[in-house]
Amino acid sequence: MTLARKDVAKVAMLARLALSDAELDTMTNELSNIVGFVSLLEELDTSAVAPLAHPLDTQNAFRDDVPAASLTTAEALQSAPRHDGECFLVPAVLGESGAA
Amino acid sequence: MQPAELSAVEIVAAIRQGDMTAVQCTEAFLDRMARLDGSINAFLKIDREGALATAAAIDARRKAGKPLGPLAGLPVAVKDALCTRDLPTTCASKMLAGFRPPYDADTVARLRAADAVIVGKTNMDEFAMGGSNENSAFGPVKNPWDLARAPGGSSGGSAACVAADMAPVAIGSDTGGSIRQPAGLCGITGLKPTYGRVSRRGLVAFASSLDQIGPMARSAADCALVLETIAGHDPLDSTSLTADVPRYTDLLEQPLTGLKIGRVPEHYAEGLDPEVRKGVDEAFAVFEAAGATIHDIELPHAKYGVPTYYLIAPCEASSNLARYDGAHYGHRAEPGRGHRAESAKGDQAGGESQQFDSPLVEMYCRSRGEGFGQEVKRRIMLGTYALSAGYYDAYYAKALKVRRLIRQDYLDAFEKVDLIGGPVSATPAFKLGEKTGDPLAMYLVDLYTVATNLAGVGGISFPCGFTKGGLPVGFQLQGPALAEPLLLRATDRFQRLTDWHLRRPKQIA
Amino acid sequence: MTKPAAPTSEPYTTVIGLEVHVQLQTKTKLFCGCSTAFGAPPNTQVCPVCLGLPGSLPVMNREAFALAIKAALALNCRIASFTKWDRKNYFYPDLPKGYQISQFDLPFSSDGWLEVVDPKGAFSRKVGIIRVHLEEDAGKSMHDEAAGTADTRIDLNRAGTPLCEIVSQPDLRSPQEARAWLNELKLLLVYLGVSDCNMQEGSLRVDANVNLHIPRPDGSVAKTPIVEIKNMNSFRSVERALTYEAARQYDEWQATGAELGKTPKQTRGWDDPAGVTRAQRHKEESSDYRYFPDPDLVPVTVSEQQIAAVKASMGEPPTVLRTSLAGTWKISAYDADVLVNQGRELVAYFEDVATRVGEGKVASNWLQQDVLRTLNERGETIDAFPIRPEALADLIGRVQKGDFDTSRGREIFAEVLASGRTVDDVVASLGIAAVGDDELIALCRELLAANPKIVADVQGGKEQAAAGLIGQAKKKNPNVNPAKVRQTCVDLIKAMD
Repeated sequence: MTLARKDVAKVAMLARLALSDAELDTMTNELSNIVGFVSLLEELDTSAVAPLAHPLDTQNAFRDDVPAASLTTAEALQSAPRHDGECFLVPAVLGESGAA
Repeated sequence: MQPAELSAVEIVAAIRQGDMTAVQCTEAFLDRMARLDGSINAFLKIDREGALATAAAIDARRKAGKPLGPLAGLPVAVKDALCTRDLPTTCASKMLAGFRPPYDADTVARLRAADAVIVGKTNMDEFAMGGSNENSAFGPVKNPWDLARAPGGSSGGSAACVAADMAPVAIGSDTGGSIRQPAGLCGITGLKPTYGRVSRRGLVAFASSLDQIGPMARSAADCALVLETIAGHDPLDSTSLTADVPRYTDLLEQPLTGLKIGRVPEHYAEGLDPEVRKGVDEAFAVFEAAGATIHDIELPHAKYGVPTYYLIAPCEASSNLARYDGAHYGHRAEPGRGHRAESAKGDQAGGESQQFDSPLVEMYCRSRGEGFGQEVKRRIMLGTYALSAGYYDAYYAKALKVRRLIRQDYLDAFEKVDLIGGPVSATPAFKLGEKTGDPLAMYLVDLYTVATNLAGVGGISFPCGFTKGGLPVGFQLQGPALAEPLLLRATDRFQRLTDWHLRRPKQIA
Repeated sequence: MTKPAAPTSEPYTTVIGLEVHVQLQTKTKLFCGCSTAFGAPPNTQVCPVCLGLPGSLPVMNREAFALAIKAALALNCRIASFTKWDRKNYFYPDLPKGYQISQFDLPFSSDGWLEVVDPKGAFSRKVGIIRVHLEEDAGKSMHDEAAGTADTRIDLNRAGTPLCEIVSQPDLRSPQEARAWLNELKLLLVYLGVSDCNMQEGSLRVDANVNLHIPRPDGSVAKTPIVEIKNMNSFRSVERALTYEAARQYDEWQATGAELGKTPKQTRGWDDPAGVTRAQRHKEESSDYRYFPDPDLVPVTVSEQQIAAVKASMGEPPTVLRTSLAGTWKISAYDADVLVNQGRELVAYFEDVATRVGEGKVASNWLQQDVLRTLNERGETIDAFPIRPEALADLIGRVQKGDFDTSRGREIFAEVLASGRTVDDVVASLGIAAVGDDELIALCRELLAANPKIVADVQGGKEQAAAGLIGQAKKKNPNVNPAKVRQTCVDLIKAMD
């Protein structure tokens, strides 16, 4: 099972991972092998089987609408790579929104 | 007697009775860490000051006649995947180097409330991804039985720490075998409880539907002691079980007559090392002699466990690790090589094949590229690919369906038997570097352990023998959901009838 | 059931669908206990969960789910008996986990409708609702261009706030309908206590999808590509943006002939000061959100009993309330509409007054002309209005009894508001007292004596001339009832002979 290098590059961008040319080559190789390996599952007929996302049968876990202590701003920002004492700072995001 | 020769149960009793102070006990273990960890590298952080302060406070309260928690004075090492408010929590990754969470994991809070003494954070495979503890950004952990060999992973640091008696108990986490397999390779006892038995709050998530925290110690009795403290419902973890927590320590002493243990012929395929096989067979014989009966059973979908796991876990991980993007915490790449407009001028050291649309995207990509190690990147890529448009049904959805088949195998098996026994690892501890060249070879070390997590049931591993070369051989018992009492007492009985679990590595006395 | 607006002169049909996000009126966020109060300083309402710190886990807010069910039931949706949460994965700095917890293929409700009826009868439209689902909000990113920095500031107070996303069918056919429908939706949700739907505070946000159906001479219908419009900050903006966009699309179609399906869906932002929509940056990859079930959250089941309990606790929605109010109090549909649109509290006030007075119409008049006018002028709500129902009813009652006339009553009303004194006090201090019959007759005789021309007119058959004496009468005694003055004068004149 061989993945195309450009498809792997697209996945890297989806995953926001910077890969050098060499890394992209290695990754393409390795992913191809792994995807080939996991494709073993195709042997099984699962057409009548429902997916199992949770191993538990738990349902309806709720909490009450009661305020709990929040962090202080200092605590919230304590590990921020860049901040101005009030907000996190990131490189400018001009005129775009995140989700469509 | 040296504290390092005592079990956790004995240590707690000795401190409660006044035969030893918490400070004396903690000092003894801290000294061992200072002497031994240089060659083992089990710890990422040893908190000498904090541990002694906690111990001193416990001694003061004991002197004043104040009540003490059930683990008072017990030194505990905690895998660096659990958040500790006062100590860095790195998950052995550059991404979180120096990161201090503003809160404790639920397990850590419970240990503190029980008056345990947290001595430090143990090394691990980065973000819990690995089977040998060679994926740590801060150097591999060495197996105390043979420093040229791996201790297993991802809780390699916790396993090695207990094996070398640098702490009587350690906390690990298990997503596909990460407690049980290193316990097996290091000759100690490690329990992965039923999914949801221990709260995951504060455990840095790898694969949320598979992760579980558990105790690692020299014996089932010690594991039972710790499990009593850390198990229980947490209303702030939606996947936490509401079932009552039994007094595991009270339930240990029961005979095994009538206990039915399943044996899976499929486990004994070619890859199984003959010395491991011998140890496993002998273990079954011990159980039989103790009154249990052994029955051959099938787990028909066993061979699909590893591929199923290596789809579900990376898919969940690719999402769980998206938060590590350099924006709000963790490693952020230095700004500056410029994005599309500048890089078009073309002088890129490292020959980046990617162009970035904006400084923000560049920040994400380079921070994550720099912060994550190779195995983590591989799994993120695999998970992202398997969830992406057009592939979801063939990979992730398919894996979820096979998961249901695997779980059904267990439900069917537990109609016939009470526990399932067998190897925990196909080989004893392998040499460092032996499997690092081939990701798939490394994935296969999880052969006997992944299905337990997929099914959400509990499993325990403990030593059942040694190879001629002096390496531990591990045995695994798996039980139905909430069968921790049974797993612990079966192991405890085994450990009364044998002494494998009491052996210590000679290499590092 | 549906009455389209009168045909316009446009050679096309405008097809509009709306996507509305409302913040639910809970005290805390959807998955953690941080407050959702508006206006707090940045990053003061955050915790490990909504910050997406390592190891943090979400737990669903019971009240948020209950409010969401309420909203969906009021929108006539089907409630799923089994629902789950999914992760929508993408990278953006206001989304700290790198995914939004939302609902993908099993939303908790679907297939509803909400009708809007223009009170003046110009149109009615029943708009289908495809789905209502529950998800968490993102934080805020703020870029200060004036400061000239290369940074964007991120405030995560809003991250994790519970949102209901309401997606309509493209059933709306004009910008006016769209605006009216939004007003109706807002009214409904405010009535239910689900959300305060305040666009200025961001608790209601709207995106619109619009295209044109253009009949061709050969009978076929050309459809323009669908455009999504964002960044509309008020219902008025929505109407303006849709109006602009429809015209723009028609121009574009005439110029290029571009049709639906041949080009990708476009997103345009509304620029309110400039009054235009502008194309937003085209993304190089269409977003692949890689939805999958969130393994940290367990599914939720909803039983028939739960649904019945919520329905029973909901109270009358505006549409029902309008009809019942009009019927109970014999007021017009228009009057009922005005009152209901002001909200539950004002309706309660009205009903209190009407009950005491014993009549709906007069109460409605006073509410609309005096109370509402004052509330609007002062920017107050009825709860803070100083004249309570008992006092207003008392005032109206006295007018009905004839203690003084309506215009005098208004003076008293104004004085009570201005001074804060009671009605009795004001009546006394204004020297208002009923004018006795003898006094009135004496006064009228004075007027007749002073106005021989009017007397002559009345005697000549023009009774209405007597009305000319009212002003003079009031100058002499402001307490006189104009109608009584006129009638008494006429009677006196008739008796003269």
